[in-house]
Amino acid sequence: MSDARQDPIADNEVLVELKSIAKTYKKGKEVVPVLANLNLTIKRGDFLALMGPSGSGKTTLLNLLGGLDSPTSGELIINGERLDKYSGSQLTQWRARNVGFIFQFYNLMPVLTAEKNVELPLLLTNLTSKERKLHVAAALELVGLADRAKHYPKELSGGQEQRVAIARALVSDPNLLLCDEPTGDLDRITADEILALMQELNREQQKTIVMVTHDPRAADHARKIIHLDKGALVKDSIGAGGHSKKSVTTGG
Amino acid sequence: MYYLFFIIKNLGRKKARTILTILSILIAFLLFGLLRSLSVAFDSGAEIAGEDRLITINKVTLIQPLPFSYLNKVRALEGVENVTLANWFGGYYQEKKNAFPQFPVDADTYFDIYQEMYSLPAEQMAAWKGDRVGVVVGRALAQKFNWKVGDRIPLVGMFAQKNGSTSWEFVIRGIFDAKEKRADTSMMFMHYDYFDKARQFGEGTLGWLIIKVKNPAQADQVASAIDGLFANSFSETKTSSEKDFAKSFAKQFADIGLITTLILSAVFFTMLLVAGNTMAQSFRERIPEVAILKTLGFSDAMVMFLVLAEAFVVVLCGGAAGLAVAAKVIAVLSDKFAANLPGLHFSMAILLDGLMAMLLLGLLTGIIPAIQGLRLNIIAALRRR
Repeated sequence: MSDARQDPIADNEVLVELKSIAKTYKKGKEVVPVLANLNLTIKRGDFLALMGPSGSGKTTLLNLLGGLDSPTSGELIINGERLDKYSGSQLTQWRARNVGFIFQFYNLMPVLTAEKNVELPLLLTNLTSKERKLHVAAALELVGLADRAKHYPKELSGGQEQRVAIARALVSDPNLLLCDEPTGDLDRITADEILALMQELNREQQKTIVMVTHDPRAADHARKIIHLDKGALVKDSIGAGGHSKKSVTTGG
Repeated sequence: MYYLFFIIKNLGRKKARTILTILSILIAFLLFGLLRSLSVAFDSGAEIAGEDRLITINKVTLIQPLPFSYLNKVRALEGVENVTLANWFGGYYQEKKNAFPQFPVDADTYFDIYQEMYSLPAEQMAAWKGDRVGVVVGRALAQKFNWKVGDRIPLVGMFAQKNGSTSWEFVIRGIFDAKEKRADTSMMFMHYDYFDKARQFGEGTLGWLIIKVKNPAQADQVASAIDGLFANSFSETKTSSEKDFAKSFAKQFADIGLITTLILSAVFFTMLLVAGNTMAQSFRERIPEVAILKTLGFSDAMVMFLVLAEAFVVVLCGGAAGLAVAAKVIAVLSDKFAANLPGLHFSMAILLDGLMAMLLLGLLTGIIPAIQGLRLNIIAALRRR
């Protein structure tokens, strides 16, 4: 999809492979196609922005990549596993091991402190309470919120909430970070900080990131930008994130 | 610990609603503890009654007497170890509100048959047997009226004496104690011989027979033999185990068990609706959060467990507090009503029944939101955000 001479991850292994993926929904008796004959590969360590108008299939594609939904037809292979063959409970287990989610509205548990929110995915592992606490501290440190560990979501700014959500997505060390409009609810400056943090996670931690966004400035932080329209891939391009490195700042 | 912390935190979101729900459950289980204890107390005569004792009454009704001659006829039957008699006296002390159970009995045999339930010092027994107007009273009754051995007790009886007076006077010759905690010591026993000779009407009859059988396994045959012996006579009999007799006697006043069951059914049904609605409402408010848990990889079963656990915590908090208050109240009441309701106490069986009721209520109130959680579609739920 891109020029190997300019792409530092060109030699990386393929993490995600979509072959002739189609997704349709039933609306009454009508069958509505959302994705049609979609072919896509994502290499480990890539940072991909998915763009397109509303109804183009971005979120549906993200849901498929996250194991929240299954394709109607086609092959969906992530990290060597055929997700299109998995049952609901298998997908649930797979999500816990392989994916971190970051949402537009953060989706933190309001009754839990930042550290307890970050600890949630670790409850599905075999880690002891002490080990979980170490992982949580490291994740909060990584997003620059070590000093906000005991704060509840309502005591944090939007940017800080999103950082906690990123820490929660990272804490179990998933193969794939999926972000649905992660800066859609933030002001420009805070959004830039979050995007810079994501760039850092991609470059320094080699996290593979797929981000759905409407915002071209946000998309520009990715290595690659993929445009969808009416459920089909219409264009891909190289984002500024593929060339420049931005510094990461902390706080809201 | 994390999950318990999470559950408690979730319940703390709407503190007023949670507290009110817990309070209403507390009241339900307080009623449960009180009414069940009361029901057991009324039934306690039946509980402690041994299967080796039979009661023979007139087939028509308990208040119809039996001929005195039946005593020796029954005694002669095979399988009968001992037999004694009793009659209703139906008197009161000073005022009608001071009514208590009094029974003319045969002093020689009555305490033999009930020797595992009551103890009476030998010298007091001898003193009683030696005094025609002597009586023995239970410890609870003596304490209630501050009676002691030697006191003269005037009673107004249901039966008139030959001189037409219903005033009777007795002398306390002994105070008996219970060997079993729930044995009733609020009674008075007087001599049947004296009572029978002194009363104006009904001489030569008795109220009921109490039979001790040699082998409890043959109690049915003995009962049939007794009733067969008097079949087609002027006074046919009905013989049953003492347990059945006590139950039917208690039911003469009211079917306390049925009343208790009906009240508690109504209370728990209402509670089911109240707590069930609260849990359903609480779940509906958190559908997107439940969807996030599932997105993170929490299984359907785990989500179902978390929702159910919340219902159980609410019910167990309210229920345990309700039963604790009931136990305290019953402890106070059992002292106060020791004479009238000697079996009144908060038993382990009631506690276990209460725990079972809590588990059932928790399950029923939590099951609908838990199933909704189980079936929750993540994508649809996240769209609600």
